[in-house]
Amino acid sequence: MRPLLPVPLRRHPTAGVLATGLLGLFVAACASRTEAATGGVVPVVGARAADNREQTADQQVQHALNRLGFGARPGDVGKVRAMGVDRWIALQLQPEQIADHETEQFVTRFTTLGKTGEELLAAYPPVNVVQRLQRQNGGAMVAADTIRERERRRQTLQFLGEVAANRVARAVMSERQLQEVLVDFWENHFNVFAGKDRTRYFLGEYDMRTIRPHAMGSFRELLGAVAKSPAMLYYLDNWQSSADADRPVLGPTRAVGRRPTRRRGVNENYARELMELHTLGVDGGYSQQDVVQVARALTGWTIARGLQGGDFLFRPEMHDAGAKMILGVAFPANRGQVEGEAVLDMLARHPSTARFIATKLARRFVSDTPPAALVQRAATTFTRTNGNIREVVRTILTSDEFFADAAYRAKVKSPFELVVSTMRAMNAAPEGATRAAPLLSRLGQPIYGHQAPNGYPETGDAWMNSGAILSRINFGLAAATGGVPGVRLADWPAARVLYPLPREQQVEGVITELFGGAVSAETRQVLQTGTNPFLEARGANTSGTIDSGTNNGGTMDSGTNNGGTMDSGTSNGGTNNGGRINSRRGAGVSAGRTAADAFAQLVGLALGAPEFQRR
Amino acid sequence: MRSMHPMNRRVFLKGGALSLVTLGLSPSFLQRTALAMDLPRAARGKTLIVLFQRGAADALNVLVPFGDRHYYHARPQLAIGSPARTSGTAGAIDLDGYFGLHPSLAALKPLWDRGMLAPIHAVGSPSATRSHFDAQDYMETGTPDRKGTTDGWLNRYLAVHGTCEADCAPTATGGTSPFRAVAMTAQTPRILSGPSATVAMNSISEFSIRTNGGDAERRIEALYRTGSADLVQGSGSDMFDALKVLRAADPLQYRPATGVTYPRSPFGQRLLQIAQLIKAGVGMEVAFADVGGWDTHVNQGGAQGQLANRLSDFSNSIAALVSDLGDRMDDVVILTCSEFGRTVRQNGTGGTDHGHAGAMFVIAGSVAGTKGVRGRWPGLAPEQLYEGRDLALTTDFRAVFSEIASKHLGATALPKIFPGYTGFEKEWLGLL
Repeated sequence: MRPLLPVPLRRHPTAGVLATGLLGLFVAACASRTEAATGGVVPVVGARAADNREQTADQQVQHALNRLGFGARPGDVGKVRAMGVDRWIALQLQPEQIADHETEQFVTRFTTLGKTGEELLAAYPPVNVVQRLQRQNGGAMVAADTIRERERRRQTLQFLGEVAANRVARAVMSERQLQEVLVDFWENHFNVFAGKDRTRYFLGEYDMRTIRPHAMGSFRELLGAVAKSPAMLYYLDNWQSSADADRPVLGPTRAVGRRPTRRRGVNENYARELMELHTLGVDGGYSQQDVVQVARALTGWTIARGLQGGDFLFRPEMHDAGAKMILGVAFPANRGQVEGEAVLDMLARHPSTARFIATKLARRFVSDTPPAALVQRAATTFTRTNGNIREVVRTILTSDEFFADAAYRAKVKSPFELVVSTMRAMNAAPEGATRAAPLLSRLGQPIYGHQAPNGYPETGDAWMNSGAILSRINFGLAAATGGVPGVRLADWPAARVLYPLPREQQVEGVITELFGGAVSAETRQVLQTGTNPFLEARGANTSGTIDSGTNNGGTMDSGTNNGGTMDSGTSNGGTNNGGRINSRRGAGVSAGRTAADAFAQLVGLALGAPEFQRR
Repeated sequence: MRSMHPMNRRVFLKGGALSLVTLGLSPSFLQRTALAMDLPRAARGKTLIVLFQRGAADALNVLVPFGDRHYYHARPQLAIGSPARTSGTAGAIDLDGYFGLHPSLAALKPLWDRGMLAPIHAVGSPSATRSHFDAQDYMETGTPDRKGTTDGWLNRYLAVHGTCEADCAPTATGGTSPFRAVAMTAQTPRILSGPSATVAMNSISEFSIRTNGGDAERRIEALYRTGSADLVQGSGSDMFDALKVLRAADPLQYRPATGVTYPRSPFGQRLLQIAQLIKAGVGMEVAFADVGGWDTHVNQGGAQGQLANRLSDFSNSIAALVSDLGDRMDDVVILTCSEFGRTVRQNGTGGTDHGHAGAMFVIAGSVAGTKGVRGRWPGLAPEQLYEGRDLALTTDFRAVFSEIASKHLGATALPKIFPGYTGFEKEWLGLL
């Protein structure tokens, strides 16, 4: 098919183009600054849209880039403005029409991603399997076995690492930003946990084959794909759920693998979460009796070769063949797999599901407390289109509520959004994304690391506390001083332009680049002078200082005397000496270094500022 | 945006408090930020330490009912031998002639001897769930079978205690410490999530602004101390309060009491840091840590093996904490819990599966009552088992939690902390 964009958005605008654009914005921002300082309100360049949208045209561009995607890369604002925000949104809703060769090329390096869980299990057997084989082979490991064992463990980490790296790299690089946002949304909605038994072997196929192809498609198809995915079947135990011993089944017990299937009885785990978390919602109108009946309907939905993996398989001999009553609907006996499909049909069509999914999507895209009228319209779209995700999302993204003032910067970024948006804003080398997983863990959101089936929280209050904000500030400071993989100040096009300028112009340039020119008066003043009016006023009433007197940030950092490096222990520290702008200690003396430090500090402060924690 | 001048502070507070209500946020950080610049004074208040064994610890091999013959019938390979009939150190450590501690819990025996340990048996959630997720959720929210509960019971304690709704008098701990509640975990655990500000950290040393020096930290502080009621800025203000308290306390200079050595394990090191915070007097009312590895479906082991190794680390860490705290234990209660117990019968793979009632330990400077294992023992005869397979429940975990919240922490608004529960005094075990 023909891409709508003749040329994909370029990731590396030339310095010349950037300089012109940046300085143009910068002059405009300067012109408005006097007013900002006195009035406490920061005007934004650009006229209001002619319709009912409250946000200014420039706010709409920022807002769209922050909500449909993971924030702007250098040059993105200009591209979206030139295209028109509505056209850009329409394009993002058609990801198949957006060329994304660079990303697709990049992720080919993740060689384990294309493998099935079964192939990975055979190639990297779990530790207990290896140990059992060794015992069978007569005990003690010889040296060669030890080496092989170490290598196997390393490769095990590799395939887990590639699952996370693929997620981060695509989010950072992809032109199909809305697609990546929805992958993030659905993988969280249908959360699975890497730490549960063998689930981790199936995460690659879960991302690539289960979630990704359906992220903007039919909810019913997505639901079915998840129900049949080995990752979910393992995670919520349905693979071993079988008819209770006193129930009729559809066939005689057959051998599975080496042993005959054991009738363990019904496991309700998946059936409950299917209704509570995946479709109807906790108050969606089902009873404990419905949970039991749905669990019975889904008995026999298992994995072809059990613990060895394989694709989904319906096993009649495990299936409870009796008649069932689910949500008031009678299901006759002996229908087999068709019965489970009918249950999924019913759940996907249910009005509670429409409302629940509409609410969650509106919460993701608009605000933690989305307007009821918008949720209602999105739910109506869900029902009218038979669960067409793309159309539900379109209803939300083209609404006036989406472009309301109340929605602007109303969402607190999740750690994943913070890391990815930082990498995008700083024009990070995509290779860095492959080493971002430890950062996400430290910030509290390891990929596939949420144990409970409800997924990570979607509201800001759950992400914000004093420990979390500290980690985020440290992350921002580290990003500006070479402490985040792939992020180098020297690779940030704006740095080349702004670095030689006086402080005031540097500040305005950074605000323009990272915040579309709009920050609070306090933030602007702190970046300029290091003080804010509130603290000044309070200082007059109290001891006159805001600092405890021990202004020695690094002293709490026991042992690892590495300044802003969050990624201590990895080898990236030594690789960032290439750029002209280098704030690392030890490279040269004199005013040059001081100026570089000051500029890096400015960028670090901006990335650690309250405004950058929001989207 | 929200510029702040001293003269409209009062107005701001009013509007700010209103906007906080819509956010579902306690206005505590607001009051601190706008009014109380002074550091919370180092106070020696009460502290509750909750230690969660995630994965369902096998209560019957932790607190061994060697006096119940059905125990040995159900577990031919896994049972811990009775003290009288077992040679060496492989048998249970006798407590009262009927129950004993797993031999790997030897470090807790001195606490028992000194009247500091109250083991509770057949305690847990009235919910029938055997799902780790659900059961942990219920125990942490304090609302069994109610999955919609959004906050944890310890957070509800923080929210209602010391506010004007419950009690306008200032609390003994000063009430405004940024370290009122600390989880030694990467993410805020369910039990502490909710509107009240809490701190979650992997380690104390992580709690610092990492800069190359200069004035970056001062500027960051200025970015966040805007007096704004905003969620992000409020959290930042909280954080800088906390940083100042920590620096004043200087916990990195910490040395445990003479002769005390904590295990090098992550759990041991977390308890060491809890002791640091208590001794530093940062006003910590609630501390939380968790430890995994209890889901022993396969090769659980008996007096030695998988479970024994976990219990060694568990008990040695706790014993070090108690020794380290010394007479500060008069103001400290340690509570251990796990989401449910495990099947009475061993399974086909040398382990045990998900069960029902479990065991808890309460450790304090001195526990109340005569020395003994608390709770009513339901017995292990086949007809006495829950659903024919598990230890039956005789004590609701809310009875234990609410007694400690009331008697140790002085909580008054118990129905707000444990909504839907009506037992309270009627079900308390007389632990404290």
